[in-house]
Amino acid sequence: MTARLTRAETVLYGVAGLAAFLGVWSALSLSGAVPHQFLPAPHEVAARFVQLATTPFAGATLGAHLASSALRFAYGFLLGAAIGIPLGLLMGWFRVLDEIVSPAFDALRFIAPIAWVPFAALWFGTGIGGPIMIIFAGAFPPCLINAYRGARHVSRPLIEAAEMLGTGHLRIIVEVLLPASTASIVAGLRVAAGLGWQSLIGAELIVASTGVGFMMVQAQLNISTTTVMSAMVAIGMVGFLIDVALRGLEAAVRRRGLVA
Amino acid sequence: MIRRRTVIGIATIAALAAAWYLATMPLGLISSGRFPSPADVWLSLRQITTRGYANATLYQHIVQSLELVVLGFLVAAGTGVPLGLLMGWSRRAEALINPVFLLIRPIPPLAWIPLAILWLGLGDAAKIMVIWFAAFVPSVINSFTGVRTIEPAVLEAARMLGTPRWRLVREILIPAAAPMIFTGLRLSLQASWTTLVAAELVGAIFGLGKVLNVAQTDIYPGMIFVGMACVAIFGWVTTRLLAEVETRSLPWIQLSEARP
Repeated sequence: MTARLTRAETVLYGVAGLAAFLGVWSALSLSGAVPHQFLPAPHEVAARFVQLATTPFAGATLGAHLASSALRFAYGFLLGAAIGIPLGLLMGWFRVLDEIVSPAFDALRFIAPIAWVPFAALWFGTGIGGPIMIIFAGAFPPCLINAYRGARHVSRPLIEAAEMLGTGHLRIIVEVLLPASTASIVAGLRVAAGLGWQSLIGAELIVASTGVGFMMVQAQLNISTTTVMSAMVAIGMVGFLIDVALRGLEAAVRRRGLVA
Repeated sequence: MIRRRTVIGIATIAALAAAWYLATMPLGLISSGRFPSPADVWLSLRQITTRGYANATLYQHIVQSLELVVLGFLVAAGTGVPLGLLMGWSRRAEALINPVFLLIRPIPPLAWIPLAILWLGLGDAAKIMVIWFAAFVPSVINSFTGVRTIEPAVLEAARMLGTPRWRLVREILIPAAAPMIFTGLRLSLQASWTTLVAAELVGAIFGLGKVLNVAQTDIYPGMIFVGMACVAIFGWVTTRLLAEVETRSLPWIQLSEARP
């Protein structure tokens, strides 16, 4: 590896990289090398982004579309965590359950969450139920896997001590396995949030009548590249905020010393 | 305990299959308009293999999807791994590229689909572009981490002995980073499948996603099942192939994880 850079050098190179990126983009767009309609300049996207905050597109403002997506995301994500984490812990504790659930789970795991869209639409409609099922399909596996791995890696003496004191199954799971696997679970939640958010966008592209993914499809049909790009920026920002929030949770867990 | 695990696993799958048969056929607990019975699936499978469905036979759909996944994956790995290695090796390259990377990364790959359709239409080029975006990121990040986790002492020893640069790259850098590179490739492959299915669901002429899309509009549960099963099977097959390549090319590593 080459030598470390000073802080000033890092900032300088970073600014240069960003400037080059935006510069090439603007140059391609403004010089007409690429049809302007398909590659608007960065400042035009920024202007459109600001405009969409107040002017509705495809039935609602950008904020309203985002809010309806975020609500679905919250439902699906919480459902995935509420089922995945307890099931993962139970599977980590009761071996029979692990042996029964694992084969089915492994078989289903290879189905991309987005491939559930047709059944989700058929079973729960395209309003709110269908998209929630898709988010669930994205968020559930990481929750389960990480809770399971966390529970399996709890140190034996800890469990043996609890067992020796006559602790029951439920209390061992809640008071020994859960705290000891918190770090792993929170890491799983981060992965789950990323997959869930991305699956939701995919689902909204295919079936939905509101939401930021739906807005993108409408913009694509209207050949409004600025709107498509604004929506992408908004999606990226929300995804980033979700990740920041969960990273905060991760740091808080680490500080609190819940890790066994 | 492997034997007990296998027995219970087979028993579970058999019980699920029996429950599926009983609930859909003799008992009629689940209407065939919601979930297909085994007979429905068989009929759909025969229809799509002999007469074809959604513009082509099953074989043609599978070939189309597999081709795009493999092509997109190879393009992404071919560009992502070298870039990750370069960023891992040179702090300058890292400082230059990382900010741009951080800017683009929060945008989920599926959110690129409308833009890809705007730019390149519904054909193969748009799919490859989206797969490239999706599969590129895990390849870069893991190759980068792979280089950064190499023991500095190893590199220093090689340098001290005057190893020429290309030998350093070929005989130390790449082998040492290889396990992480493969982790990245596995994630890239999964991302390739997810994005391809999503992109084909949004708009395509052939492919497994197209089958799902048409089956959804036709409300044809049997065909949805066939499409999903194919996605899962070929996702599994390609993952196994990659795992095989990994064991062959890294004979010095005992793969501890049984799960692919």
